Amino acid sequence: MKDNVNYTVGEPIRDTKAPEGPIEDRWDTRRFQAKLVNPANKRKLTVIVVGTGLAGGSAAATLGELGYKVKSFCYQDSPRRAHSIAAQGGINAAKNYRGDGDSVYRLFYDTVKGGDFRARESNVYRLAQVSVNIIDQAVAQGVPFAREYGGLLDTRSFGGAQVSRTFYARGQTGQQLLLGAYSALERQIAAGTVEMHTRHEMLELVVSGGRARGVVVRDMVTGEIETHLADAVVLATGGYGNVFFLSTNAKGCNTTAIWRAHRRGALFANPCFTQIHPTCIPVSGDYQSKLTLMSESLRNDGRVWVPARGGDDRRPADIPEGERDYYLERIYPAFGNLVPRDIASRAAKNVCDEGRGVGPGGLGVYLDFADAIGRLGRDAVEKKYGNLFEMYERITGENPYETPMRIYPAVHYTMGGLWVDYDLQSTIPGLFVIGEANFSDHGANRLGASALMQGLADGYFVLPTTLGDYLAGAGGFGEVDEKAVAEAEITVREKIEKLLCVNGTRTADSYHRELGRLMWDYCGMERTDESLRKALQRIPELREEFWNNVKVPGDGEGLNQALERAGRVADFFDLAELMCIDALHRTESCGGHFRAESQDADGEALRDDEHFAYVAAWEWGPDGPVLHKEDLNYDYVKMTQRSYK
Amino acid sequence: MNLTLKIWRQNGPADRGRMVTYRVEDVSPDMSFLEMLDVLNERLILEGDDPVAFDHDCREGICGMCGMVINGVAHGEQRATTTCQLHMRHFEDGAVVTIEPWRAAPFPVVKDLVVDRSSFDRIIQAGGFISVPAGSAPDAHAIPVPKDDADAAFDAATCIGCGACVAACPNGSASLFTAAKITHLSLLPQGQPERASRAKAMVEQMDAEGFGGCTNTGECTAVCPKGIPLDTIARMNAEFLKASSK
Repeated sequence: MKDNVNYTVGEPIRDTKAPEGPIEDRWDTRRFQAKLVNPANKRKLTVIVVGTGLAGGSAAATLGELGYKVKSFCYQDSPRRAHSIAAQGGINAAKNYRGDGDSVYRLFYDTVKGGDFRARESNVYRLAQVSVNIIDQAVAQGVPFAREYGGLLDTRSFGGAQVSRTFYARGQTGQQLLLGAYSALERQIAAGTVEMHTRHEMLELVVSGGRARGVVVRDMVTGEIETHLADAVVLATGGYGNVFFLSTNAKGCNTTAIWRAHRRGALFANPCFTQIHPTCIPVSGDYQSKLTLMSESLRNDGRVWVPARGGDDRRPADIPEGERDYYLERIYPAFGNLVPRDIASRAAKNVCDEGRGVGPGGLGVYLDFADAIGRLGRDAVEKKYGNLFEMYERITGENPYETPMRIYPAVHYTMGGLWVDYDLQSTIPGLFVIGEANFSDHGANRLGASALMQGLADGYFVLPTTLGDYLAGAGGFGEVDEKAVAEAEITVREKIEKLLCVNGTRTADSYHRELGRLMWDYCGMERTDESLRKALQRIPELREEFWNNVKVPGDGEGLNQALERAGRVADFFDLAELMCIDALHRTESCGGHFRAESQDADGEALRDDEHFAYVAAWEWGPDGPVLHKEDLNYDYVKMTQRSYK
Repeated sequence: MNLTLKIWRQNGPADRGRMVTYRVEDVSPDMSFLEMLDVLNERLILEGDDPVAFDHDCREGICGMCGMVINGVAHGEQRATTTCQLHMRHFEDGAVVTIEPWRAAPFPVVKDLVVDRSSFDRIIQAGGFISVPAGSAPDAHAIPVPKDDADAAFDAATCIGCGACVAACPNGSASLFTAAKITHLSLLPQGQPERASRAKAMVEQMDAEGFGGCTNTGECTAVCPKGIPLDTIARMNAEFLKASSK
């Protein structure tokens, strides 16, 4: 096969914002060093926040509270719909309310280790520190977390941890936390500090004088292209898991905002680090439009198994104990069913590859609650997981109280994202990136209940401080260059025009489905040199076909959902290519990135710290991407091969 | 299975709108209702027709973005379900299915099945929050909350803001939506300082938006995907009266 991989290695990159000194003092030091903006000046500064999930919603609300002029954008009809709302299981915090040995340091340790030593220590430590404030803030807002009879907060265990530090609101923790942030945001909208633009999609970043100064958006109802200018831009636009077409993301989740920023100069870090969640409802047919997650919290009480021998198609209830393989408990006795997500996913793939999978196509494993129901009673199980069981039954038509759930891994979260420093600022000054959209805190694998923690840490506590430092430091950035605005607008108009003009024979969705299938097969749970090279050959071909043969109905005036989708698919093609290049260059296995060539004798992921203990930050280049490496140093958590046995 | 769909088509708020009939074939019982519409839309695009516009996002029953009146019932006849969680196994082969948008004056049609629900956001803006700037909160365990109160608050807080309650109500009332938020926050100790002002402001905003009054028909709770109970409305009325008499 011809060598179709084209990238060059550029200068290394470094985070210059994290202070030196003991790790526990760094955030305090940074907060003290950060310059302040006086209240009268805040009123004169405009900040654009794109996205209204946990990160964007909390950031816009907090910046509004501080007195900035905030403009907030979301593509949905209300900020309350952002996909954070679908997070089920919970949020981690080092409160140690249980007295079970938890601490800020332990949460930090677990997260660095869980991320397979590909996250920055300084960032992760700060995340663990701030985690305790998040719970306080949410409770004060009226978030109805689960409580015990004494009136205190209940917690549960999650994968990758041996302490009980996950706070939850039944299976709807994301919903309740997001509604908390949303209520704070609506309060600021009422107060006039935040100007809300719903049903607006960001399609381009305006960079003027080397700084991010605005965005070009499309009003999805009128079709109008608008430019909004500001002193700083914050992207909180979530992850790019929908590059796989089928994922647990909402249908609208897309990469366009961060991809356009990348095209304008922001580095994209670790794009190949995607998380495949082990407990999702398996695919049922070709028409499938999305996959539904069953919260990881189910692994607290559910036991994962497959038949001990392949081809055993008896009903699960008819398979006696002795002929079942509780493979997670067998292979990982210390963590059992609570091993981290990447390990649980790969183990499921392995047993299915051995022909022991269950359900249609043999792509499923059982998650069985019979023991839990026997031990705790059906009522107790219903109280804990009732809504999840209901959701499962609705989708599959099967009753999980009576027969085990069938689950299979699915794309769920992307650890990669735009590169940011300790201040959450990208390589474009004035462009800040928060939440899942950045790459910062989860390394090569995110632990359960850590996404909500990171989104809210960034939005409520980190960004409001570090953004102030940027805005105070520069002292007026001057007028925005009209040419920069015109150029950005033209880029947007031309792309829309081009999509509408092709008038081919296939829909954007059909191309998206094909791209997704290709990514799942070649850049999914297991990647090889061969599979990635195949993908890198096929993606440009498919992209070219897309641009020559896609059919987008209607025009750009007014609501046109097919046009919206086509624009997103176009950017997914480019991102998919970068993901495969990143996955190909990283010849080690780590976290969610499993290269079949790099495994130990037991088939576990084998890291190569000598060559790959760095963040791969990619710069867009006309002749292929340029790789900038940020070396990772571990001064506190000793780099070891992860073991959950 | 094969179905006949009668779908409301309306090319913008000024258009009068009309029902249009479509045939869909080879529908799998495991498809969701929205996946069935996806299949129809893919075909319409290839045939050069305008696909049917409808709102949707998470497709797992929690974002509240989807919503259609199916055979005369908001979110369809299956109880406690959003449109995205309704599956085709609940329909008979050969059935005729009518699909319409939410109909209420405060929810103007944007296009086809898409409506503008920003009136809900404005009701929340009026007072559906607890004023607590980031960083000012006491320790989460400073105020214990009795479990029963926390659970009841949670039940009310599960409202997804889809608007089915309004669509189902013969008066076009938003009482269940507004009451859910008032109930959630008035049950918690943290919500007490603004309890009276919140109830008053939210109810007044609901009226100002043009939603109708509640006459206890209970259609709202019958179609609510989250089963928000009707007695939240009684609580809202009590809270409003108390607040107004101060």
